[in-house]
Amino acid sequence: MFYLDFLIVILCFKPFRCRSLPAQRKYMRSPLIPEMATQEVQLNETLAHLKTESETLKSKLEEERAKLHDVELHQVAEKVEGLGQFVMKTRRTLKGHGNKVLCMDWCKDKRRIVSSSQDGKVIVWDAFTTNKEHAVTMPCTWVMACAYAPSGCAVACGGLDNKCSVYPLSLDKNENLAAKKKSVAMHTNYLSACSFTNSDMQILTSSGDGTCALWDVESGQLLQSFHGHAADVLCLDLAPSETGNTFVSGGCDKKANVWDMRSGQCIQSFETHESDINSVRYYPSGDAFASGSDDATCRLYDLRADREVAIYSKESIIFGVSSVDFSLSGRLLFGGYNDYTINVWDVLKGTRVSILFGHENRVSTLRVSPDGTAFSTGSWDHTLRVCDDCYFFIGIKYNQNLCTFNFTPCAPDKPPLSLTATHLPKYSNLKKHIYRST
Amino acid sequence: MSSSVLLSQHPAPNPTHTTRRLYIFFSHSKNTAKMSGSNLVAMKKVVQQLRFEASINRVKVSQAAADLQQFCMQNALQDPLLTGVSSSTNPFRPQKVCSFL
Repeated sequence: MFYLDFLIVILCFKPFRCRSLPAQRKYMRSPLIPEMATQEVQLNETLAHLKTESETLKSKLEEERAKLHDVELHQVAEKVEGLGQFVMKTRRTLKGHGNKVLCMDWCKDKRRIVSSSQDGKVIVWDAFTTNKEHAVTMPCTWVMACAYAPSGCAVACGGLDNKCSVYPLSLDKNENLAAKKKSVAMHTNYLSACSFTNSDMQILTSSGDGTCALWDVESGQLLQSFHGHAADVLCLDLAPSETGNTFVSGGCDKKANVWDMRSGQCIQSFETHESDINSVRYYPSGDAFASGSDDATCRLYDLRADREVAIYSKESIIFGVSSVDFSLSGRLLFGGYNDYTINVWDVLKGTRVSILFGHENRVSTLRVSPDGTAFSTGSWDHTLRVCDDCYFFIGIKYNQNLCTFNFTPCAPDKPPLSLTATHLPKYSNLKKHIYRST
Repeated sequence: MSSSVLLSQHPAPNPTHTTRRLYIFFSHSKNTAKMSGSNLVAMKKVVQQLRFEASINRVKVSQAAADLQQFCMQNALQDPLLTGVSSSTNPFRPQKVCSFL
């Protein structure tokens, strides 16, 4: 009966009539039903057709991008004055974590820092005084993501628990923060990064399950999800508020994708890195972004030119970059590396202007403060450091006593960036000296 | 499968009933067809995405680089890490006298 059924189907659905000829019988003996075979052949053809179309589109994309590549960034910036050497100094060391510091974020008040570590602790510090203001113990280890809310009233963190939890911060230090915890995001793999959008109400997360998602904090509802990465998404950064509702994410598939937050669509995609992208950060104007990767390079991608415009690398640097951030004007790019150092790059010229030692293990996270006066780094050596640079000034020495009238920043080996007239004319003919701040 | 039992049957009254049996019997072929079907959907998405990406407007690198440079120059003086501010405004720096180089 079974065979009869399949036969009946053949008669019903086949486009041509079966004639009882010996040749037909032989044809019928083949294991696949011809109709199914035709369908599969059709599918294969369409698949192959789509594959060739995607290949042609990819090469067309490369062609278009190459057409507009008329000059390199450092060539355009040749006439710009060089920066000279910077000397960076550690101003504060925050000790208190019992294990590797994995992530940190500044509060908008430019003073507080939240940091998270491998042992599940999340600590809120006052960076000026190095005091710990709040401490929370998460129920999971490897808290890989933490973020400060724009209002300064809450922190979000998550990691191996696959969730993002928001803790409202209270002024009462004795209050148990864990009691007020709110679980917002739910992923199917570890949480790699999280960030509040412009308000305390929405949070953007990226996860090891290859997706990013936008959540409503109050209800915990998923507002938008972003699919497109082929592997774990390791980092994300929101565009500066003036430029609109986009964000960039980087992942283990070596791709950096720019997404539209409202539609969930990937707008642009960049794949020039040779290894996992650990960190992405928007340029302050919002027209470009930098990425740091395990291939020991940082790269700058311009969104309007739709291509990579600069690579920051040196042959002597072989360890991966864990985190990158720009200074306020975008001229300096700070990179935290797995060889325990921080390299500072001149974004326009592509050269390194400073290298900072001090950490005793790999630098896992780096952020510049909101007002740009300092930058903070977290490391696997359990500490966080707040650093800035020593400035060089032009001052006037008078009568063995230091008498400085003009703090005009300059580099020691180059002419000053700007030279202002002295306030008291009778000192103007005295010798000007170069001083270094402590 | 016997090939002698062929051809001489009348059409089935209930096609869905037979289709169900067909599913079971030819699960292998059906699965490959299904897999190709989902591959097809995935490939269509990829092609759609590539078409979208290929159609965006681009500017020349020289123009983009010039804009980046202009932004840097405009904001250079407001960048404390680049040009420095005095100790009174930078809370992290100690309030000490400078040393003569």
